[in-house]
Amino acid sequence: MHVELPASFEAFSEARRNGFLKAKAVKEHGGRIAGTFCTFTPNEVFDAAGIHTVSLCGTSEETIPAAESDLPKNLCPLIKSSYGFALTDKCPYTYFSDLIVGETTCDGKKKMYELLGRLKRVYVMQLPQNADHPQALALWTEEIRALIQRLRSEFGAAVSDEDLRQACKHRNRQRRARVALMELQKQTPPPAFFKDLYKVLDSLNFSFDQESSTQAVEAMTQKLQREYDEGARPVSAAHKRILITGCPITGVLEKTVGTIESNGGVVVCMENCGGIKPARHMVDPQAEDIVQAIAERYLEIGCAVMSPNRRRMEMIRQLVEEFQPEGIVDVILQACHPYSVERFEMRALAKEMGIPYLPVETDFSSADAGQLTTRLSAFIEML
Amino acid sequence: MRSVGIDIGSSGTKYVVMEDQALLYHRTIPTGFSSVKAAQQAKEDMEARGYDMALLPCISTGYGRGSVPYAAKTLTEITCHGRGAAYLMQKETFSVIDIGGQDTKVIRMEGGSVKEFTMNDKCAAGTGRFLEVMASAMELEPEALCRIAKRGGNVHISSMCTTFAESEVISLIGQGVSRQDIACGIVESIVNKVASQCGMVESGGSYYLTGGLCECPYIAEMLSRALGAQVETGPMARYAGAVGAALYAREL
Ligand code: SF4
Ligand code: SF4
Repeated sequence: MHVELPASFEAFSEARRNGFLKAKAVKEHGGRIAGTFCTFTPNEVFDAAGIHTVSLCGTSEETIPAAESDLPKNLCPLIKSSYGFALTDKCPYTYFSDLIVGETTCDGKKKMYELLGRLKRVYVMQLPQNADHPQALALWTEEIRALIQRLRSEFGAAVSDEDLRQACKHRNRQRRARVALMELQKQTPPPAFFKDLYKVLDSLNFSFDQESSTQAVEAMTQKLQREYDEGARPVSAAHKRILITGCPITGVLEKTVGTIESNGGVVVCMENCGGIKPARHMVDPQAEDIVQAIAERYLEIGCAVMSPNRRRMEMIRQLVEEFQPEGIVDVILQACHPYSVERFEMRALAKEMGIPYLPVETDFSSADAGQLTTRLSAFIEML
Repeated sequence: MRSVGIDIGSSGTKYVVMEDQALLYHRTIPTGFSSVKAAQQAKEDMEARGYDMALLPCISTGYGRGSVPYAAKTLTEITCHGRGAAYLMQKETFSVIDIGGQDTKVIRMEGGSVKEFTMNDKCAAGTGRFLEVMASAMELEPEALCRIAKRGGNVHISSMCTTFAESEVISLIGQGVSRQDIACGIVESIVNKVASQCGMVESGGSYYLTGGLCECPYIAEMLSRALGAQVETGPMARYAGAVGAALYAREL
């Protein structure tokens, strides 16, 4: 299969060129790539169809100016950045995606998908907005069936129930690997800074060999625990234990987790997408209706696009008990309505649990780095 | 025991020398373009007054807190303002309103320690900077603006954005509206913004106004009206951060 690189390829940095070459090689070997944006995307279906999934969530400021020629300024940076990457051909995975899959999550994303559809092949799944609604499970199950149909008609990929069951087994194992790595942080002091763990977790979102990536995470967990048992203490007990919640934070990792961890804190738990929220629920691979079982699992994700969203609050309660944080930091990306409105409920919950709470609003620029440092440091000082 | 606290803000550098509960020395100098130079200047001044800076424990705070080589430790202005205000107010449960040059903070104190705080974001509305810009549009010093505001009224500045508010002020001047009325509108704008920020943290008890506007009694008066609570301030309030830093330095 002949695959073209983008026109501006030569101008890219080495790391980016390597990303392009890696994705190109996958395509040249007949591989197909589906780009995803959200943890609601049922990965099992793509696995079963033999299609790679890669996260296209924009995490850098770089493409935002370009995106702002089509999108309003006052929009979540994650949405703008993602769109900008498609517009500028700067992301290898967006560029090489055979299909981009989105869901009807927040308004900004939904409307962005409409514009993205002019540039790329986009398929949007109808996600119910209230996971507890009597029709929600039926709708989402049907949407997953429709996705399977679409993959068949578009790529000739036949997906059997048995394929799905196998895929569920592997994804369950991968989710368990993620959770086990994160649960190391329950120990006092925790064995690692979360910033380092996050790199390991995030690499799973860009892997073309899921099996060996999962094994690498499992090996990492064992290694960290072994070293800890042998007495390694990279994090001192004086560090304040922080739980992070809110919007996806890959694009502001350094400004939030990095800043917390270089100013006397340590992130013991990240509830956000990318952290524990989407990883704890498993699919029963023996379920009679495997598609429905997959649908059920995904509806357990406590995302603020759900209304109401009791699952997030329930999970936070649970995580506080397990991870014993001394403070909660709620990271809200600028112009994200779902999470900024939920701040009210989070604040009330934190108060009820007697845990200090700090909401911070930020974007992908470095303009507020100084203020953010003051704010996070002051919070840690007060604990 | 003696200790030193230095608070390097965006416009002024404040520093104090304390001995136990007593303030021995305090001074403000302009920060200028370099916090490093301001820190050096403060050190030389204290040395010239006979304080041996090599021996006195020192903590730095404020946005230039990282530029003080002789400080043993840095702490944020939130922690220090809280502690300093508690000392100056002789209270344990109250709220601090710090209207700084670059940002405005509201700090909730309970039992003598910081319980909660907010900082306004990326926006000059409700900060000292807003007042400065408006004052310069009116060719006044900020203090003078606050003074004449007391005699004005009936003007409302509708824009929160400093740039738009500035053109609003200029057009009011053009329309011949009296300076005291415009000044009153400006102060009202700041006060409303700050009061709504106060609503974001727990209230109860009185407020203490620190920062550069502490010498504008009219701001405190208007804030007190908007909040329906007592707002205290005083000339020493601008030293709250430095005092807090010095108090913490004793514990080093
Ligand atoms: S926060 Fe919600 S919308 Fe965003 S990626 Fe996670 S599940 Fe999807
Ligand atoms: S962070 Fe908020 S606004 Fe941005 S994509 Fe997620 S839900 Fe939408």
